[in-house]
Amino acid sequence: MPFQPVLLWSDAVLWLLVGLLATLAVVSRRAPPLAAAWRKVGASRVGMAAATLLAVFALIGLADSLHYRLALPAEPGKPAAYGVEVLSVLDGALSGLRGRNEKTYSAPLATQSYAMETAILANGGQQRDFPPLRYGGAQLKPGDSWMADVTMRGISGVVAGGLLWWLISTVLLWNARRGAAPGDAIAQIEPWRGVRAIFMKRPPGSFAWDAVLATLLVVCLIAGKLTALSAGYHVFGTDKVGQDVLYQVLKSVRTALVIGLVTTLVTLPLGILLGIAAGYFGGWIDDVIQYLYTVLNSIPGVLLIAAAVLMMQVVIDTHPEWFATAAERADLRLLALCFILGVTSWTGLARLLRGEALKLRELDYVQAAQAFGVAPFTILLRHILPNVLHIVIITLVMDFSGLVLSEAVLSYVGIGVDPTTISFGTMINNARMELAREPVVWWSLVAAFAFMFALVLAANLFADAVQAAFDPRRSAQ
Amino acid sequence: MFAYLVRRLAYAVPILLGVNLLTFALFFVVNTPDDMARMQLGVKRVTAEAIAKWKAERGYDKPLFFNGAADGTAKLTDTIFYAKSARMFVGDFGAAEDGRDIAREIATRIGPSTALAVPTFIVGLLVTVSAALLLAFVRGTRLDFWGVVACVAAMSVSGLFYIIFGQWLFSKALRLVPISGYADGLSAFKFLVLPVAIGVVAGLGSSIRWYRTLFIEEIGKDYVRTARAKGLGEGTVLFRHVLKNAMIPILTGVVVVIPQLFLGSLLMESFFGIPGLGSYTIDAINAQDFSVVRAMVFIGSVLYIAGLILTDLSYTLVDPRVRFD
Repeated sequence: MPFQPVLLWSDAVLWLLVGLLATLAVVSRRAPPLAAAWRKVGASRVGMAAATLLAVFALIGLADSLHYRLALPAEPGKPAAYGVEVLSVLDGALSGLRGRNEKTYSAPLATQSYAMETAILANGGQQRDFPPLRYGGAQLKPGDSWMADVTMRGISGVVAGGLLWWLISTVLLWNARRGAAPGDAIAQIEPWRGVRAIFMKRPPGSFAWDAVLATLLVVCLIAGKLTALSAGYHVFGTDKVGQDVLYQVLKSVRTALVIGLVTTLVTLPLGILLGIAAGYFGGWIDDVIQYLYTVLNSIPGVLLIAAAVLMMQVVIDTHPEWFATAAERADLRLLALCFILGVTSWTGLARLLRGEALKLRELDYVQAAQAFGVAPFTILLRHILPNVLHIVIITLVMDFSGLVLSEAVLSYVGIGVDPTTISFGTMINNARMELAREPVVWWSLVAAFAFMFALVLAANLFADAVQAAFDPRRSAQ
Repeated sequence: MFAYLVRRLAYAVPILLGVNLLTFALFFVVNTPDDMARMQLGVKRVTAEAIAKWKAERGYDKPLFFNGAADGTAKLTDTIFYAKSARMFVGDFGAAEDGRDIAREIATRIGPSTALAVPTFIVGLLVTVSAALLLAFVRGTRLDFWGVVACVAAMSVSGLFYIIFGQWLFSKALRLVPISGYADGLSAFKFLVLPVAIGVVAGLGSSIRWYRTLFIEEIGKDYVRTARAKGLGEGTVLFRHVLKNAMIPILTGVVVVIPQLFLGSLLMESFFGIPGLGSYTIDAINAQDFSVVRAMVFIGSVLYIAGLILTDLSYTLVDPRVRFD
């Protein structure tokens, strides 16, 4: 086999989460109130535009979660050996960006290095000049115009992006038409006329295809342009050790997703179980659980995380034999960070659910179930849990953006992800001192902040749409 | 009222004990003092004598909870738990890794922290409440819509962005204020004005949106309709009635954090070189100085509990329906 698949722990957890989300989708389909709420989300233009963007980020992150090790050149008579470097499908797709490292900083689209170097001339003299980059603009022959090359690549990239969008939109619309009722607006449009679908009039309450297609169009155009330009240049420049910044921001997406999603995997069971149990059973169970979360809450969040992360670091540093590769160690540290964040942040959800369960246990149908002698655990599962599910969904999507933002802060404080893990936090942390340089090295920071902004904004807007659809207080207004 | 206070204070004791046990478990049971010694001295090639010496110097060579070798009460007091954790209840935090007394250090650093955090808090509260009232006043209009959009955009920006670019723009590019540093007395103003402004701006998005929701929820209530029906102007309704009644949910969020203002802000203080408790904590985290982190965790939870009690008391001030008996 030319490669050996590698399953990192965080990959396993992330794929498990994808499975759980799929289950949630199936459950939602079967439960009419949830299905109706999701339809409301689907009808929201802003919500679906945000969801589309999130899906693109998720695709990047998931492509970065299929890891493998490449086989070394085979030697006859020996078992196949594999390289130590753990790569992902995304790394493979971006091999052009990953391998082409410069010496040090270079500005976006630059052809010359940021730092001056002394070159020895042919006649033995010396000259201080900005040396040309190894890869950035290497295709330009002397006399070629940089401007013309960049413009041409840009235009061809945009055209290619447009074509790609047309392909995707055709598939999507064709698929939508098959599932649509004959009277639906979407059924009136031929699948290959995606542009018309963006501007079509759709009846209120129908799925916001226009927003999905428009967002996809913007994403495709940008992606096309970036791809075309990055074949010949470093579109977002390079960092201190000459690594392409575009590659780094794309790699950061996975770290952000892991932090934002895996953490909820820890939060949900704790928050749901303890919250509902406290509210439903009351008495000493309530007292113990309330005591537990008051203690956890009373420690300032950052300090509790700091204390836990410091301890984890001591454990990791004193047990180097646990980890086969550096990637494994960084990966486990990332998961441990998620675990710590989850353990410190389930209290909010638990408190909400406790209040809701307090109200629900007095309702007639719960009382009736009790009178019939239904076991308490069954009541929790069958009668309480489905009726607090909307709170769980709202909290889940609302927490995501906060977690992504906090990763950057934690990495700055020095208690975030492993320094070798590429994340928005480590990018910002490495680049923030460079604003003091002259000329200013701004591109790493701006790229990291811009991608993070897009991800968090999409998450916030999606959370808003979800809240508007699921929160009974808000839908009444 | 007095009985209520006493009860609340009594309830604080088991919580603080819980915090103490939790941090103790984190710092001493998950990792033995041996692990810490190895960590501080460097993992490789460390002799047993060096570890023993490190532990003896810092008092980590005692048993964790129970000292069977000692006599009488010393069985309990001559332990790590008593010396390192229980002593915190009387304000004895011990010494940091560099040998300085933590309590003294905290006392000198609390001034700069408060000088930064209190103005940020007050200005921020004034600005956000007025902006939220304005949005609630013009609710449903285009201004309201774009105001909310701006809020969502502002809260999607990383807090680090505000700090890094604010510092770069005003200190480096425009040279209006010093990049970092601190001075006592009135000259602190020029060092504090930028961090305060950035702190206020960074918090705007989420708080304005939150307060606006509170106000609009309040506006939908019956007494507001009555007030309008008897002919009051929208301004009077908002300021006299809605603002007063929205104070309760606002207070819940606000009063809790007031005591914690003393802890200072980790990010602001470390970016702007202000010698407060926040930068003290960050330095301790980076130097892996466990005694300082432990002390700050303890103080933080004391202040949080104080905040909870203050919140309850403040309810009695703004809401005559609330009575504690």
